[in-house]
Amino acid sequence: MEALYLLIPLSLVLVALAIWVFFGAADSGQFDDLEGPALRLLRDDDRPAG
Amino acid sequence: MNDGSHETAPEDGVSAMNPPSAGGCFHCGLPLPAHSPWSAFVGGAERAMCCPGCAAAAQTIVDAGCGDYYDSRSGYGATVDGSDAPGLVLFDRAGNSGEGSFTVEGIRCAACVWLIERRVNALPGVLESLLNVGSERLQVRWDPAACKVSDILRALRAIGYTAYPYDRERHGEQLERARRKLFRQLFVAGLSMMQVMMYAVPVYLADDGTMDADMTALMGWASFLLTLPAVLYSALPFFGGAWRDLRRGLPGMDVPVALGIGAAFTGSTAALVHGQGEVWFDSITMFIFLLLGSRYLELTARRRAARALEALQEGMPASSQRMPAYPLARGTEVVAADSLQPGDVVLVAAGQAAPADGIILEGESDADLSLLTGESKTRRMAVGDLLPGGAVNVTQAVVLRVQAAARDSALALLVRLVDKAGQGKPALALWADRVAAWSVAALLVLTAVVFLAWQLVDPSRAWPAAIAVLVVTCPCALSLATPTALAAATDRLLRRGVLAVKPHALETLERATHVVFDKTGTLTLGRPVVRATHTVGAVDAQAALDIAGALEAGSAHPLAQAIRAAASSAAVHARDVAGMVGQGVEGEVDGLRYRLGSAAFVAALAGRRTPAMPEAEGSAVWLGRQGAWLARFDIADGLRPEAAEVVRRFEAAGKTVVLLSGDASRAAQQVAGRLGIRLAAGDQLPDQKLDFVRELQAQGATVAMVGDGINDAAVLRGADVSFAMGGGAALAQLHADCVLLGDSLLPLLDAFDTARRTLRIIRQNLAWASAYNLAAIPLAATGLLNPWLSGVGMAASSAVVVLNALRLRK
Repeated sequence: MEALYLLIPLSLVLVALAIWVFFGAADSGQFDDLEGPALRLLRDDDRPAG
Repeated sequence: MNDGSHETAPEDGVSAMNPPSAGGCFHCGLPLPAHSPWSAFVGGAERAMCCPGCAAAAQTIVDAGCGDYYDSRSGYGATVDGSDAPGLVLFDRAGNSGEGSFTVEGIRCAACVWLIERRVNALPGVLESLLNVGSERLQVRWDPAACKVSDILRALRAIGYTAYPYDRERHGEQLERARRKLFRQLFVAGLSMMQVMMYAVPVYLADDGTMDADMTALMGWASFLLTLPAVLYSALPFFGGAWRDLRRGLPGMDVPVALGIGAAFTGSTAALVHGQGEVWFDSITMFIFLLLGSRYLELTARRRAARALEALQEGMPASSQRMPAYPLARGTEVVAADSLQPGDVVLVAAGQAAPADGIILEGESDADLSLLTGESKTRRMAVGDLLPGGAVNVTQAVVLRVQAAARDSALALLVRLVDKAGQGKPALALWADRVAAWSVAALLVLTAVVFLAWQLVDPSRAWPAAIAVLVVTCPCALSLATPTALAAATDRLLRRGVLAVKPHALETLERATHVVFDKTGTLTLGRPVVRATHTVGAVDAQAALDIAGALEAGSAHPLAQAIRAAASSAAVHARDVAGMVGQGVEGEVDGLRYRLGSAAFVAALAGRRTPAMPEAEGSAVWLGRQGAWLARFDIADGLRPEAAEVVRRFEAAGKTVVLLSGDASRAAQQVAGRLGIRLAAGDQLPDQKLDFVRELQAQGATVAMVGDGINDAAVLRGADVSFAMGGGAALAQLHADCVLLGDSLLPLLDAFDTARRTLRIIRQNLAWASAYNLAAIPLAATGLLNPWLSGVGMAASSAVVVLNALRLRK
């Protein structure tokens, strides 16, 4: 049970980390287009445009 | 999906053509007119198209080396409006920076994304383009010396997508920012809820005394730390809303929510510090998360509706026709409405809105000022009168001298339009809001009473009981019941091609007893087709059509196009074809001379007597050869392929379908007869149509009206709920409660169906929310419910309401 005294504070740190990562991703536009990348994946096209 | 499609050369793609085009237009999937004359060579075969716009777009796509699009698409493209848009050059003024965003409409699938990016990247001068599918925005960087904004817009139009520059200020950037912030708050609340729940469960599960005090305190403090971001960051909208409500002196839903969160958090923290009493951190975070979740869903749906509306109203720049040399010359040039200066002379065509306040120099017309003044009667305007900007010129073109710069009036009009759609709530929502406001006031009083009463009976239970009452009876479910259902329904309708502009539309639609089509044009295609072929004696109808089609091969006349569309064989050829203006054509097919045209013209070749035949349906075109009459083709406006189905389904649903038409009575009756409409009236003037509708309403009917033309505005407003066809005059759309965005009547059925389901769900929600609140109050007040149970109850009742509403989106 003593392990909990370490694990619970650790879980708090993890949550803080998750929030920090999420805000960073949101700031860099990760969630701005949730549909496009899925569609673009299906049409991988290396040929030059024209 | 076809993951190997880039290896498939377009030339052998016949089998890969996706989706299988079963009879419809190859590009957009709409039903084809009989023997459509339009086609394009795609993927190694000739593909039939429904209109010249689609055919041109398909040709452009193939010519640009993007034929793969047809291999890999998983849905049809949007029907292409082939018309030129001279106003596009106006956008060039703003595009000197070499970087910009464009709103693109009609993105349907992965292939569209590929096609758009590839086509734009191939334009000379374009450096980079990236399409954001979620927001339908195309981000482009280009070299201002080599490429103009209008070039990009034209290229997109040519492949079938309507696009225009994205204007940050106009396009609800604020709403978008609000959505982003709410998303973050929701995420934080969700994370905090899940984690707090993990610390709370052991405390709930442990039997009394089995968990030592240190451990309980540790769990409690961890929960407290995790609840802090939820309360201090995620719950900000509630505290802000409550503060606004209190300052206005009108308690709304946010007040008990904020009080509940505040009281529970303070109470829990106090209990934690003192080391005795209950903590409710798990209830708090769950409460915040669920409420934010339903707000987020509502905001998303609202944002989509707002975007579709803006696209409709601002698809083109507000352009105007300036007459620079007036009165010496009458030439016009297209300029942006907001560049007009006082003293400029502009031409305002019938059906257009005046771009700025101006004095009429020439012409006399009726002006519709309803958007400006709310007055529904048109006003007679003559030379010397002031036509305010935004007023719609109804009957005839007039020439104006601009009095004031247009910026104010034109912009004011747009703002009013967009506001109009966002404002107002249907009666049901208003009722729910009123009830909620009253219950909030009553609830605050009740909480105080309960708190005081428990102070007398058992002071230790006063605090939990008060919180329980505050939380459990919060009329959140009641407040959420209607808006979430309406938002979900609006979203669903939008995806099916119906834009509900006015809030009462769905409610009224559900009650509608009569569906009135107020123009033959709403049921017909608006272009002539061969309705019937009457042959003389043993002549084969199709053979006669083929000969007629061959004779008309070179003609661009609409009747000729109708005949060509009906002819099946391209193998028949005519020689020596000569057209006689206003009479018909004569030519030689397989060695025989034929004439096609009016009865008198054909009689000169075929013989004196016109054969006896039933009365013609629409225009009659005769075919004859030396000494013999062959056939008569009845050509009239073609019925929409889906019209009969729509009428039948409405009749089956117990609604009376009526056709009111300004066309000749006989034509109206024929259209009605073909579609199975029992009640039809022709020769109706706009006033008579309005009287007809008023008459029906006086008899207790609720009238839904479908229209498309300029003359319909008054009737559309007179009806209880109205639809305008998206292709119709812009004016009609301004007055309609709903706009059909596509060129099909089928979404009408969806709209009625959705309205019925929405109202049913709203009633279920209201009944559930009221029953829940009534049942929970006594339990909480008597102390039978502790705060966490009431938190669960309240959150669950809100969740039930939201989930029930979300069923509509499917």
